[in-house]
Amino acid sequence: MSVITVERIKLFSTRSPWWCMIVAAVLTVGFAALTTGFLKGADEQQATIFITQPGAQLSQMVMMVMAALAVTTEYRFGTIRTSFQAVPQRAALLLGKTAVVAFLSGVIGLIASFGAWGVGSLFASNADLSINTGAEWRLLAGQGLVFAISAVIAVAVGILIRQSAGAIAILILWPLLVENLVNLIPKVGDDLARWAPFANGSSFLNQGQDFGLAGAGAGGSDFALSPWWALLYFAGWAAALMAIALFSASKRDA
Amino acid sequence: MIEATGLTKRYGATVAVDNLSFEVKPGRVTGFLGPNGAGKSTTMRMILGLDTPTSGQVTIDGQRYRDLHQPLTKVGALLDAKWVHPNRSARAHLAWMAASNKLPKDSVDKALEMVGLTAVANKRAGAFSLGMSQRLGIAGALLGDPEVLLFDEPVNGLDPEGIVWIRTFMHRLADEGRTVLVSSHLLSEMALTAEDLVVIGRGKLIAQSTTQEFVDRASGTTVKVRTPQLDQLAGVLHQQQLVTRIEDVENEGKVLFVEGDLTTDQIGETAAAHGIVLHELTLQRGSLEQAFMQMTGDSVEYHAHDEIAAVTQLDAPSGAEVAAGPKEDN
Repeated sequence: MSVITVERIKLFSTRSPWWCMIVAAVLTVGFAALTTGFLKGADEQQATIFITQPGAQLSQMVMMVMAALAVTTEYRFGTIRTSFQAVPQRAALLLGKTAVVAFLSGVIGLIASFGAWGVGSLFASNADLSINTGAEWRLLAGQGLVFAISAVIAVAVGILIRQSAGAIAILILWPLLVENLVNLIPKVGDDLARWAPFANGSSFLNQGQDFGLAGAGAGGSDFALSPWWALLYFAGWAAALMAIALFSASKRDA
Repeated sequence: MIEATGLTKRYGATVAVDNLSFEVKPGRVTGFLGPNGAGKSTTMRMILGLDTPTSGQVTIDGQRYRDLHQPLTKVGALLDAKWVHPNRSARAHLAWMAASNKLPKDSVDKALEMVGLTAVANKRAGAFSLGMSQRLGIAGALLGDPEVLLFDEPVNGLDPEGIVWIRTFMHRLADEGRTVLVSSHLLSEMALTAEDLVVIGRGKLIAQSTTQEFVDRASGTTVKVRTPQLDQLAGVLHQQQLVTRIEDVENEGKVLFVEGDLTTDQIGETAAAHGIVLHELTLQRGSLEQAFMQMTGDSVEYHAHDEIAAVTQLDAPSGAEVAAGPKEDN
């Protein structure tokens, strides 16, 4: 698996991926400290695991930016040509990159979710934050899977757009704005929103959670699919986008 | 051996490379010559499988580049010295390249030493001067110890020291029996570096021959004569069926040029026989520049100005050492 080694050396020999990973991990843990640190008395007892995770989406965005940059900087500095020259089997090379970036994102996702849960347990020590339902395990451990899949989407968008600003804009606007705005379209809007890819990613995490202080339905209760099917659907989007990106990169002039 | 057959690349309505066929023979330095925008870089990108030809194909020892496995062990190339991440160290840049082709661990250190970058191996490549970047690019090309090497405008923008270094390096590579294809728009450079030439203009093949043949074929010799009895000599030479031309040359007044393959002896003797005083009698051999202008002139439809172009060319000191003026980057 030399392409894995190649992409590992590339990623760790510049500084920005390190920064992205540190920021991503710190954000989720920091937000957990903020949401649990000031709780007192009855409020504190109502805290749930869900309350410790508000920073996760932000961290997910940061890792998507890192994933997209792993591709777009190669186009910006022309190293993609050196890469294709060294490994003319372009799809294999780009899949290697995807694997490395997705794996790292997954690991950061796990560090973020369990780190935030740890900090929450420390601050809200009077609340019952032990992980004892399948849904709670899914919320924490599942974060790794959601981070990894969204990184795959980010790499695919990076390959297709080839330009940092454009790719990052799409990756931030799509989950945060576009998926929420489609709601406003009459008749079909609700269905579009329920079948949007990132909505299904979070539906996988949020179904069956005790929202506690956040109130029921904070994560949206209108789910199109059961948790694991929702994750599969999200992964299907990632796979489809990646297939299009690999096809396009193989045909295009580098 | 690199072999292109009917290679064509179109970008919309623009034809960058037009039905180009040529061969690059093993164990020699072949110059790939053409003016800026002639399609040299596009052709090199197609050789390396980076751009897909619209039609035709190019193979390396019978295989298309994109079918090669571990291509760095077969073909090394430097197309653009800036294709390096500015925040990555020279060593890390070579390390990932080496890993991609499963090259031995010491290949990176060897390549760095060969181009003299060992001392700055851990510095970020973005801080390198052009000359150092060029060396790093060459280290990348040599990493897999390949038989075939491609260099695109390797001396472009380098200082004299860098140019000499690259030139010496090319010869060393060819002496080691490698196939070297080096592109340039600097004709004088090619005269010093290349044994064979592939000349293109506007994407079309103009000539493929040895450098010597190219110069011989394209520009015959001309004899320059200065004499106070200009018209008389011209008349006598006309009777000998020779083609003459009288031009006003700056600082020298009217000068007689005699075209065709002939020696100065012949004209000197003719002049003496008729009692004509000669102030100057010089044989002017065609330079690579002249040959190039004549050959590409046809393809770029500058026919109307041929005469004038020829005169200005002859004004310049002939021979291979023609000053390299500021060149545009392509």
